[in-house]
Amino acid sequence: MTASKTDSSARNGRRGATQQKLLAFASLIVLVIGFSVANSNFMQVSNLLAILQAASVNGVLAIGVTLIIITGGIDLSIGTLMTFCAVMTGVVLTWLGAPLIVGVVTAIGTGALSGLISGSLVAKMKIPPFIATLGMMLILKGLSLIVTGTRPIYFNDTPGFDQISRGSLVGWVVPAFPVPNGVLILFVIAGLVSWVLSRTVLGRYTFALGSNEEAVRLSGVNADAWKMAIYAVAGAIVGVGGLLIASRLNSAQPALGLGYELEAIAAVVIGGTSLSGGRGTILGTLIGALIMAVLTNGLRVLSVAPEWQTVVTGAIIIVAVYADQLRRRAPG
Amino acid sequence: MFTRRTLLGAVAALATAGSVTGAFAQDEMYIPLISKGFQHQFWQAVNAGAQQAADELGVRVTFEGPDNESQVDKQMDMLAAALANKPKAIGFAALDSQAAIPLLRQAQEAGIPIIAFDSGVDSDIPVTTASTDNVAAAALAADKMAELVGGKGKVAVVAHDQTSRTGVDRRDGFVNRMKEAHPDIEIVAIEYGGGDQLKSTEITKALLTANPDLVGIFGTNEGSAIGVVNGVREMGTKGLTIIGYDSGKAQTDAIREGLMAGAITQNPVGIGYETVKAAVAAAKGESVPPSIDTGFYWYDATNIDDPEIAAVLYD
Repeated sequence: MTASKTDSSARNGRRGATQQKLLAFASLIVLVIGFSVANSNFMQVSNLLAILQAASVNGVLAIGVTLIIITGGIDLSIGTLMTFCAVMTGVVLTWLGAPLIVGVVTAIGTGALSGLISGSLVAKMKIPPFIATLGMMLILKGLSLIVTGTRPIYFNDTPGFDQISRGSLVGWVVPAFPVPNGVLILFVIAGLVSWVLSRTVLGRYTFALGSNEEAVRLSGVNADAWKMAIYAVAGAIVGVGGLLIASRLNSAQPALGLGYELEAIAAVVIGGTSLSGGRGTILGTLIGALIMAVLTNGLRVLSVAPEWQTVVTGAIIIVAVYADQLRRRAPG
Repeated sequence: MFTRRTLLGAVAALATAGSVTGAFAQDEMYIPLISKGFQHQFWQAVNAGAQQAADELGVRVTFEGPDNESQVDKQMDMLAAALANKPKAIGFAALDSQAAIPLLRQAQEAGIPIIAFDSGVDSDIPVTTASTDNVAAAALAADKMAELVGGKGKVAVVAHDQTSRTGVDRRDGFVNRMKEAHPDIEIVAIEYGGGDQLKSTEITKALLTANPDLVGIFGTNEGSAIGVVNGVREMGTKGLTIIGYDSGKAQTDAIREGLMAGAITQNPVGIGYETVKAAVAAAKGESVPPSIDTGFYWYDATNIDDPEIAAVLYD
């Protein structure tokens, strides 16, 4: 009985998020149209590709943290974890000369391992997620600097590494719109994680933990183990983000990453996922990341002063979440 | 429904507001400058020089840079957005030249000349580089340090980073000049504070604790130098020769107070001015020299108010 209750609340959550998703999608379209009208240079293939490219890393991080936020947790370590995964990839590829595939596995594995550690801190040691992942954020930042000796690691010795993000498989099929592989990877991950959330046990428990963790426990489910698994999956996704940024920059930049977690969380929130857990969608997060990228790029193309770009981005986040609040308060 | 309309309204209003900025001046020559930052006073001074040249030459210049110097990817997003506006030329101060090469190549293919400023780009794509000769400037700092400490003793360097061209050049310029010309001075430590005042303060305090016989410290940029001053102030150490780099209120105050012996100043206004001037020339197809030395000066309490120095200092 308890299980069916959480299941239905999860379904409600998903329906609520669907409406926010529509709202977010409408905002995205309006933004794109608005910027196109304001400056004709906005709507050209190279700029649209630049926007997608800019959204790819933030989008992947945001998808990872969406899972954790749905469980009612938070992960502040994703930005510096991304960097640490990039650094470890640099270590195995450039320093140890391993083949490309080992680098890919290392990035994802490092992410999953770190996620598992964060998950154990939260689930087993009962440290609040905010604190546990704040600690992890600093530890990972420090480790990246220690491992690299604060110098970037370049991937010049690994041919093809930069193609992970910069190359374009789509460009072979549609030469007029060569979507970078990084973007393709973002969409593939979004599809996969969406499927996991809606069709698998892991997905069901993700929503259930966020809606009513106690009920999950009382129904005899090993809630701690599932929570750790979710953090590990999120970490693995962040590992892919590390791979993408390393490939895009053709280097692992050890000082990068702080602050990226907040941008990812902003994308999640704009996409309609509730910070109190139990509610959210990957499609919403994807749209949220695109909104952030369109906004940043559009304001730049319009030559809005950088100080004002920051103000406007902040205001948009507040407006998006407030609109969501109003909608939920409104009857029906 | 109400809420959706509210949000759409807000967004539409935003887009309209933006269009005011973006729509004018279509036939003016447009030159975006992508810098390493925009919040530091140094970059604001570069911007001021750029705007001055823009006014004189009748072109439109925008100036933008990421929040901090680690955000290599953000800088690339900025470069991509700048390219979308099909500028006649671009000024670019690379955070990591290797990472930016694909976009620079894209600009080159589109026939947009790139003017590197502040620090060079390891590539032949930029038509010219407008920057300070940091090696020579740091060597001057070494000479001044040697002179002030009497040609012998232990000194330390608090550098801003070990990856960027400026960080490397200033460190090496100082260290190599000491080795060559002032063999009795020993450089006991080179620490990196990321140009962060607080971090550089902590580093300085640790240096002073570890080396009580230190006679001088060189801070390689504004944040590092202010950090050194703060560290020395907090430790209450007397008789130490501090040499800084760039200016800013905290640093000029320390020089007036006598806490800091003096500093090297670049000519940030000149960097911005020369960048825009070279960009306009390159856009018109005129030839530009392969590098533009924008100059540097030594300043201390004796000449800080000279018109020539005061013109390149910023608060």
